[in-house]
Amino acid sequence: MDKIVVEHLNLRYSDGTESLRDLNLVIPANAITALMGPAGGGKSTFLRALNRLNDLADVVAQSGRVLIDGKDILEPEMDVIALRRKVGMVFSRPLPLPLTIYQNVSYGLEVAGERNREVLDKAVKLALDQAELWDEVHDRLSDPAEALSGGQKQRLCLARALALKPEVILLDEPTSALDPVATAKIESSLSELKKNYTIVIAPHNTQQTARVADWVAFFLQGEMIEFGPSKDIFTRPKDKRTEEYILGRYG
Amino acid sequence: MPEIFERRSRESHGEWVITRLIQTAGYSSIFFVLMILYFLLANGLPVMKDVSLSNLFSTVWYPIEEYYGILPLILGSLVVTLGAALIGVPLGILTAVYISEIAPQWVKEALKPLIEILAGIPSVVLGFLGAIVLSPFLRESLNLPTGLTALTGSILLGAIAIPTIVSISEDALNTVPRAYREAALALGTTRWQTIWGVTVPAARSGILMAIMLGIGRSIGETMTVMMVTGNAPVMPDSLGALFAPIRTMTATIASEMGEVSGGSPHYHVLFFIGIVLFLITLGVNVMASRIAFRQRKRSERVLS
Repeated sequence: MDKIVVEHLNLRYSDGTESLRDLNLVIPANAITALMGPAGGGKSTFLRALNRLNDLADVVAQSGRVLIDGKDILEPEMDVIALRRKVGMVFSRPLPLPLTIYQNVSYGLEVAGERNREVLDKAVKLALDQAELWDEVHDRLSDPAEALSGGQKQRLCLARALALKPEVILLDEPTSALDPVATAKIESSLSELKKNYTIVIAPHNTQQTARVADWVAFFLQGEMIEFGPSKDIFTRPKDKRTEEYILGRYG
Repeated sequence: MPEIFERRSRESHGEWVITRLIQTAGYSSIFFVLMILYFLLANGLPVMKDVSLSNLFSTVWYPIEEYYGILPLILGSLVVTLGAALIGVPLGILTAVYISEIAPQWVKEALKPLIEILAGIPSVVLGFLGAIVLSPFLRESLNLPTGLTALTGSILLGAIAIPTIVSISEDALNTVPRAYREAALALGTTRWQTIWGVTVPAARSGILMAIMLGIGRSIGETMTVMMVTGNAPVMPDSLGALFAPIRTMTATIASEMGEVSGGSPHYHVLFFIGIVLFLITLGVNVMASRIAFRQRKRSERVLS
C-alpha cells in the first residue's frame, strides 16, 4: 500500500541553495524506506518536509505535492500539529527533553490533552517496550532523562515519538552518535516496528542502509537518482552514479 | 654563558614583572573591597554605642530630634523594590522570550541594541523623566495629592531592571539547543507549548539569575528613587502606602550624608544603613551565584 506519495516536490532555502529538485517518489506502508546518499543531498530536507518541520527554516520556494493517505500535507490549511502527531520524528542527536524519563514519553500525550493517569501509564509502558527500553528503565522512571546513556537516550527519543501512536516514523541519522551495540538495538527495534508503521530513515552510512532497508532512494545534490527495492539497488543499480556511490568511489 | 641562555633569562625577567603587575592589579581590587567593608563597619558599628537598639529599630526617622528608626527606610526600599520586581520581572522575561523565540530576524536585530541603550541611560535622566512626565501623569490619572509616590519609584526602577533581566534571560534562552525546540515541535506541540513547556524551563537557571541581578540593581539604585518617591520617611503599613511618598535607604544616605557632622550618632546611623544595604545586596548576589553554580554543576554532571 502506498502511504506517502510525493509529486514534483521542489524546495529552495533562502540562501539560494536548491535543496530538492522535482522529487517524485512513492513510499510504501509497513516497510523501511532508506534515503541514501552523500551529505547535502537533501535527505534531511526531505524528511523535514514530511512533517512540515521545514516551516521553521528559511524556505523561500516550495512547490509540488506530498500526499499522506491521499491528503496533501503541504496545503497551508493543513493542521500541522495533528500532522506531527501522526508523523513522528527521531533526530540524530539523542537529546531528551530536560524532564524525567517518564515525562519525556508522556509529554506529547499530555500536551495533546491526555490527563488520565492510567492511560498515560499504559502508553508510556507500551512505548518504552516498543523501543526496547522498558526493561532497563522501569525501576527509575522518575529519574532525569539526562542520567541515561547515549543509546538509551536515543531509544527514549524513539519511545517519545511512538507514544503518540504515529503512523509514520521519520529517523534522521538516528545512530550517528551511537556505538555499535546501541546501534544494533535501534536497528532491531526498527525491524520489529515496521510491521505496524511506515518508516523513513536517513541512515548514517551505506552499510546501515544495506542492513535495515526494504526500499532505497538514492539522493544526490537535491535530486533523487534512483528508487527501488533494497536488493535491486545493491546488486544491480540502474544508474552509474548509484553504483559508484555504493562501491565507495565518492561520497 | 652562551648567548641563548642570556636572552632567555632576560625574557623571563620581563615575564616576571608582567606577572607581578597583573597579580597586583588582581589583589588590589580585592584589597579595595575589603577596605570599603572595613570603612563601612568602622563607621557604622559605633552606632551601637550611641543609639539604643529600640530606637534604631523603631518606626520613626527624625534625626534632628534623635529618632533614628530605620525600619521605615528598610521597608521603603523593600516596597519600592518589590514593586519594581512585579513590574520588571514579567515584562523583562516576556521581552526576552519575544526577542529570542518569536520576533523575526530584523526585529531581533533592532530590539537588542535598543535594550542595551536603555541599560545605558543614566539613572538621573530617568529620574528627571519620572519627575516631569510620570509623576504628574500618575497624580492626575489616579487623583493623588502628589505624584511622588512609591509606585512612581517602582515603575522607574522596573524600567532600570528590565534591560538587565532581558539581556541575561535572552542569553540563557539562546543557549537552549535548537534541537530541544525541534524535538518538542516534532511531538506536535504548539509554539506556545514549546516555549512554555520546554525552552523556558531549560533556561530556568539563567532566567532566575537574571531576575536576581535585576532586583540587585534596583535595590541599590539611588538617584531615580530620590527624585521621584517624595522622600518622606513614612512607615509603609498598608497597601495604600504604594500611592504615598516613601523613602528608601539609598536616598536617605545620599541626601543626608552631606549635612551630617562627622562622628555624630546620625553619621554612624547613616553608615549602619549602608551596612544593612550591603548585607541585602550581598544576599541577593550570593543567591544569584548559587543558582549559576548549581547550573554549572548540573552540566558537568551531564557531560561526565
